Amino acid sequence: MSEEAGVVIIGAGVNGLGTAYHLGKMGYDDVVVLDKSYICSGASGRNGGGIRQQWTSEENIKLALESRKMFEKLNEELEQDLEFYQGGYLVLAFDEDESKDFKKNVKLQNSLGVESQYLTPEEAKEIVPELNISDVVAATFNQTDGTIYPFKVVNGYANRVREMGIDIRDHTEVLDIVTEGDEIKKVKTEAGDIKTDTVVNAAGGWSSQIAEMAGAEIPNKPVRHEIMVTEPYKRFLEPMVISFKHGIYFSQSEHGNVVGGMGNPDEEVGVNQTGSLWFMKNFSKTLIDFIPRFSGVNMIRQWAGLYDTTPDAQPILGTVPEVERFYQINGFSGHGFMVSPVVDKVTAELILGKEPSMDIDRLSVDRFEADDFEAEGAVVG
Amino acid sequence: MTVVICRCEDLTEDDIVEAIEKGYDELETLKRHLRMGMGPCQGKSCIPLAERILCRETGKSPDDIREPTSRPPNKPVPFALLASEEVDDHE
Repeated sequence: MSEEAGVVIIGAGVNGLGTAYHLGKMGYDDVVVLDKSYICSGASGRNGGGIRQQWTSEENIKLALESRKMFEKLNEELEQDLEFYQGGYLVLAFDEDESKDFKKNVKLQNSLGVESQYLTPEEAKEIVPELNISDVVAATFNQTDGTIYPFKVVNGYANRVREMGIDIRDHTEVLDIVTEGDEIKKVKTEAGDIKTDTVVNAAGGWSSQIAEMAGAEIPNKPVRHEIMVTEPYKRFLEPMVISFKHGIYFSQSEHGNVVGGMGNPDEEVGVNQTGSLWFMKNFSKTLIDFIPRFSGVNMIRQWAGLYDTTPDAQPILGTVPEVERFYQINGFSGHGFMVSPVVDKVTAELILGKEPSMDIDRLSVDRFEADDFEAEGAVVG
Repeated sequence: MTVVICRCEDLTEDDIVEAIEKGYDELETLKRHLRMGMGPCQGKSCIPLAERILCRETGKSPDDIREPTSRPPNKPVPFALLASEEVDDHE
C-alpha cells in the first residue's frame, strides 16, 4: 500500500516537530513526521535545556535572540508551563585571550540587541556567591538567557501538532528517499512507502545518513557529548555557568536538579550515546573546582547525546543543490534547541513559498562549497 | 484508594493511567512526561509497577513493552567520591 503526503519530516525532535507545528499554524496539515525511535529520543531529549544569546557569530546571535523572544511566548502558545527560567548565563574567562575575546563578543552582541555585560570576577561572584574565582579573569552575563525543560517543549509541540491533524509516527525508520533526476518521489519506511515531493531532514546526529539517501551531501558529523543530573535541591544557583576553556556548563532546573555536561576533547566522531567513567570523574573534578560546595552533592544519573557538528558550528538550513524541495534543518552543533523557534518558523515559511521572516541564505550548505564561512567560537560541552 | 507508584516524584497510579490515556504509551515517553524513574532511586520501584500498568491499560504483553535505558550510577554518588583517585577512568 502506498500513501501520499505533502511534506514528510524526518525526526520527531524539537526541530522536526517545531517545523510541523509552524506548518500547521500556517494552515498546512498534509504532513507526516517520522522517527525511527520514540518522540524526543535524540538530542532534543538529551540536552541541558540552555537558552543562550551570547554567541560570537552574527548569524547565531540573531537566531538566538529572536528565538529567546519566541520562547518567552511559548508557554501561552502551547498552554503549559515549560519551566523557562531566565536566570541568565554567566560565561567565565580563565585567561587574558579569553577576556579580550569576551570584550569583543559583548560589543557585537550589544550591537545586535543582546544586552550582555562584561564583568569582573568579583561581579561574577555577586551573581553566584559560591563560585571559586581564584582563576577567573573576567566574565560576561546576560540576564534574559536561561534554561527550559526540553521534554515539555517537545511534548507540547507533539500534542499541538496532533490536534492540528498532523500524523506523527514514532518507531518508523526511514529506509530510503527515492529521487528521479532532481525531484523527490517517495520516502520508503519500514512500514511502507509515502509518496511526496518534499522532505525535511531534521534527523540531528543522523542527518548525514538521511541526506545520503537522497543523494545529497552535507558535511555534518555526529559527536557524543555527555551530561548528568543531581538530586533536586532548593534553588541555590541562579544562572547557567559555562566555561569554553574547561568545556563545562551547569545550571539548576526549575525542578531543583543541577544539570551539567562537559565535552571530552578526545571524543571521536560516531554515533555513540553511552556514558563513560571519563566523564563522571572529570566532570566531578571540574565542578568541585568551580563550586567547592558540590563535593557532598550526589550525582543521580548520567547519559549522552549527539552534537550534529558542522565545520563552522552553525546550522545548515534551506535547500541543497542536488535535490529540489529537500529542506535541511540540522547541523546545530550542540545548540539546536535554543535556536529552534525561529528556524522552525522560517523552514515552514520556505516550504510554503512564503517570504521568510528572517534571512537565512548564509546558512545554506553552499557556504562550504564556496568556502565562505567563519567558525562560531562559543561552543561549549 | 490512592496508590503511590513513584516515591521520588510523588506519582500515583491515576497519574500514570492519565498519562497513558494522553498518548504517553511507552516507558521512555512516560518517563519524560512525568519524570517517573528519574529521581534518586533511578526507577527501581516505579518502572516495574508502571510496566504492569502499561500492560493492563494497553493490552500489551510484557514482552512487547520496550525497556527504558538504564543510566549510571546505580545509586546516588557524591561528586567528591567520583572525583577521587578511587575512580579509574581508563576504561
